[in-house]
Amino acid sequence: MKGALAPAPLFTGSDWDFALINRIYETIEPIALQEMRLDIYPNQIEVISAEQMLDAYSSIGMPLFYKHWSFGKQFVTNEMLYRKGLRGLAYELVINSNPCINYLMQENSATMQTLVIAHAAFGHNHFFKNNYVFRQWTDADGILDYLEFAKRYIASCEERHGQLAVERVLDAAHALMNQGVHRYPRVRPRDLKAEAAREAERQAYRDRIYDDLWRTVPTGGRADTVPSDQRRAALGLPQENILYFLEKSGPRLESWQREILRIVRLIAQYFYPQRQTKTMNEGAATFTHYRIMTALHERGWITDGAFMEFIQSHTGVVYQPSFDSGHFGGFNPYALGFGIMSDVERICIDPTEEDREWFGDIAGSGDPVEVLKDIWANYRDESFVSQYLSPHLIRQWRLFKILDHEGEADVRVDAIHDERGYRRIRRALSREYDIARQEPDIQVVDVDLAGDRTLMLENTVSDGVVLESSDANLVLQNLANLWGYEVALSEVDADSRKELQSHRCQPQDDWMR
Amino acid sequence: MHIVDRRLNPGGKSLVNRQRFLRRARAYVSQAVRDSLKDRSIKDLDKEGEITIRRDAIHEPTLRRAAKGGNREQVLPGNREFLEGDRIKRPDGGSDGGSRAGEGEDEDDFRFALSREEFLDLFLDDLELPDMAKKRLIAGKIEGIRRAGYSTAGNPSNLSVPRTMQRALSRRLALRRPSSGDLGRLDDAIAEIEARDIAGPDDAATLARLRDERALVIRRRNLIAYIDPVDLRYRRFEPVPRPVAQAVMFCLMDVSGSMTAHMKDLAKRFFALLHLFLSRCYEHVDVVFIHHTDRAAEVDEQTFFYSTVTGGTLVSSALDKLLEVIRDRYNPTDWNIYVAQASDGDTLASDNARVVSLMEDEVLPIAQYVAYLEVGREEFASVESATATTGLWDAYAPVMVANPHFAMRKVTHRREIYPVFRELFQRRGVSERARS
Repeated sequence: MKGALAPAPLFTGSDWDFALINRIYETIEPIALQEMRLDIYPNQIEVISAEQMLDAYSSIGMPLFYKHWSFGKQFVTNEMLYRKGLRGLAYELVINSNPCINYLMQENSATMQTLVIAHAAFGHNHFFKNNYVFRQWTDADGILDYLEFAKRYIASCEERHGQLAVERVLDAAHALMNQGVHRYPRVRPRDLKAEAAREAERQAYRDRIYDDLWRTVPTGGRADTVPSDQRRAALGLPQENILYFLEKSGPRLESWQREILRIVRLIAQYFYPQRQTKTMNEGAATFTHYRIMTALHERGWITDGAFMEFIQSHTGVVYQPSFDSGHFGGFNPYALGFGIMSDVERICIDPTEEDREWFGDIAGSGDPVEVLKDIWANYRDESFVSQYLSPHLIRQWRLFKILDHEGEADVRVDAIHDERGYRRIRRALSREYDIARQEPDIQVVDVDLAGDRTLMLENTVSDGVVLESSDANLVLQNLANLWGYEVALSEVDADSRKELQSHRCQPQDDWMR
Repeated sequence: MHIVDRRLNPGGKSLVNRQRFLRRARAYVSQAVRDSLKDRSIKDLDKEGEITIRRDAIHEPTLRRAAKGGNREQVLPGNREFLEGDRIKRPDGGSDGGSRAGEGEDEDDFRFALSREEFLDLFLDDLELPDMAKKRLIAGKIEGIRRAGYSTAGNPSNLSVPRTMQRALSRRLALRRPSSGDLGRLDDAIAEIEARDIAGPDDAATLARLRDERALVIRRRNLIAYIDPVDLRYRRFEPVPRPVAQAVMFCLMDVSGSMTAHMKDLAKRFFALLHLFLSRCYEHVDVVFIHHTDRAAEVDEQTFFYSTVTGGTLVSSALDKLLEVIRDRYNPTDWNIYVAQASDGDTLASDNARVVSLMEDEVLPIAQYVAYLEVGREEFASVESATATTGLWDAYAPVMVANPHFAMRKVTHRREIYPVFRELFQRRGVSERARS
């Protein structure tokens, strides 16, 4: 490619200025949009200092957020780690909003800014805009406005009701944040017109099949409808979104408290897709930046030196320590996502016999970017791993699966990278990315409306793993305070329906004081 | 694509959250701050620093699956030797070598750094000089402004509209400025006559008179302004000098030969805390440093804390010096006088009577508060010092009984310095509340 037309490199040293960032962006843009045909939100690039990055860290990466002590705790932790040099800061931060906001650190070198623009402004951005979980659950257009509203609303509550009272509600809501997401799209309430049409249809059906004879058939005493069923249906139970349930049905909450629960719940819902697609999201961004940086280098836009700098950073990012290396901390989402996606690329371009057998639909298709874009749009981590983790990659990473059963003295190796093990490893790894399996399955099952209004919850325990007991009691205390009456949580084994543990909690009278 | 330079945006977005976090963990943080004092050198007493608090103090609970127990499966990378069906000894801490260990979530301690301001706030919280009563006006000391009536000149932003309008109205009434109603009536009358189809006999004359009258009204209205510069009134403010309680703290330290290095360290730490407290919390407190052997001298801060003179012991010399300085510079009617004395209590028996009489008859009557700190040998800590007493201690004991504003305490170890210091200078209301 480097012919007579080879352009002058965009930069030679490590310094950058705003004009250079503009040129970098304009060079990358055609590669990303025309060659890779990525589909992105408009970008807004913001350059920030290390201190501002620390600020952003402590408000879950959002540019504005309401005030709470837990963010201060985050801040002092991060600040301490950063000041002592124990942890570096991210090179960038990107926000799923429209326009997509990319934060670049001023300390980055020109090469790193290029990398970061390719990674965030195109990789993440495309993923946010196209992945189905984000499309289904988040509103990129409205999030910043909503956060602005939330911040102002909570500040006004603090003015009116006191900082302490608001803090109590927020503490309780944060404790239940993971139980504050809808995992499935709700059934929309039917509108009046559709209801009337349905009723008319039913009436027509009744008219059509009317036979006077039926009137003469003797009927026995009709069984009463089960009242508990009615009650539960009226309350919308069972309900796994505890915050939603409290917001709609909590008997003792004031309206501002309901609104705060709603704010926390909506923010939890906004971040839920990110938790489900961490590996894919980082994989997609890493794949994109790798491809773009390589293209830039091939065409002479960046120097060999800059490319070396990039490669060094890239290998650091996608490094996966092995389980016995001493610093294994689970799978590195960058490494796993990039690993599988590069493997998909290989399968598309140069498949082996085995690949054709496993991935008949994509093997040898010749257009890896289109295949990957389809994957990025239609999968989340769990389904992505279960579909695209190939035997080749399992061998390359030497994956193995262990079983750790409570009754046994040893841990057993259940599967290794062989013919018998591929599918089992793949299934097991995909389950590790299934948030619904990794998080306890807790539902509000009933309320003792006739009695003392006890709120009853049930945790369906799978694999015999019960809740962390001390934490569960603390959270229940918060829940009881919000509910205003006693709360009971029973942990029931999924198969035998046997109760393994139960917790009860009374609300505190002085909670708001 | 837009590029925005956010670097110049005001920082400190997290400041509020940080303060809230500190407030939330206040009890633990201030304990940690106080504990950290004993390990600091005198010079570094007021520096920022790292502190450690218990993690559970600021724990945020969530509903999550237990880290141990139950049946688990896990996929790991980097297999070298295992075959299917192999058995491995379960590593300590269960099979959960996952991400949680890496984040340090299981640690009991939570470490973070406090800034100097935060450190001092926590550290000097709830302390005050007792009985700060004598107040005096010091010229040039302005503490804000207050309203002081109205003036005819001033800043437009201080214009008092009601007062101005009031004055304009009274002037208009006094000068009989025709109102717009008067003008309107004339206009109506003229219009009525003009509108008549058949002119009356004296209409022309009336019309002429009315027109003249109208011209006069307009002229008067133009001459007499609706609002005149003489009407303008401005809100006036004047600076208020506030009475300031002046205080002087005398730091008397025994540096005689009987004081060991350990004792001097204790005494200096005590005075360093005192100095820090006064210089931070009180703007108008003078500190006078006096150290004594068998002779007393007034010295500066540097000498007081770092000099190494030594000699015999004559406590009365320090009190003499104290009284001399008071006579010279600090008139007891204007100044709140505080005395803090530190010594090992080792005195000449013959001097005790004089010390007590100086203290009781001359110092205590003019002082707001006198604190005596006796420093003991480290090796005698707890066992002996509890029972054994020293010459000065015995001599002061009856003084304390007779005078509520005389306090004495004993310290033998660094870690006791701060609690004793707090005890001596705790805000009264707080300590009483704590006791009840």
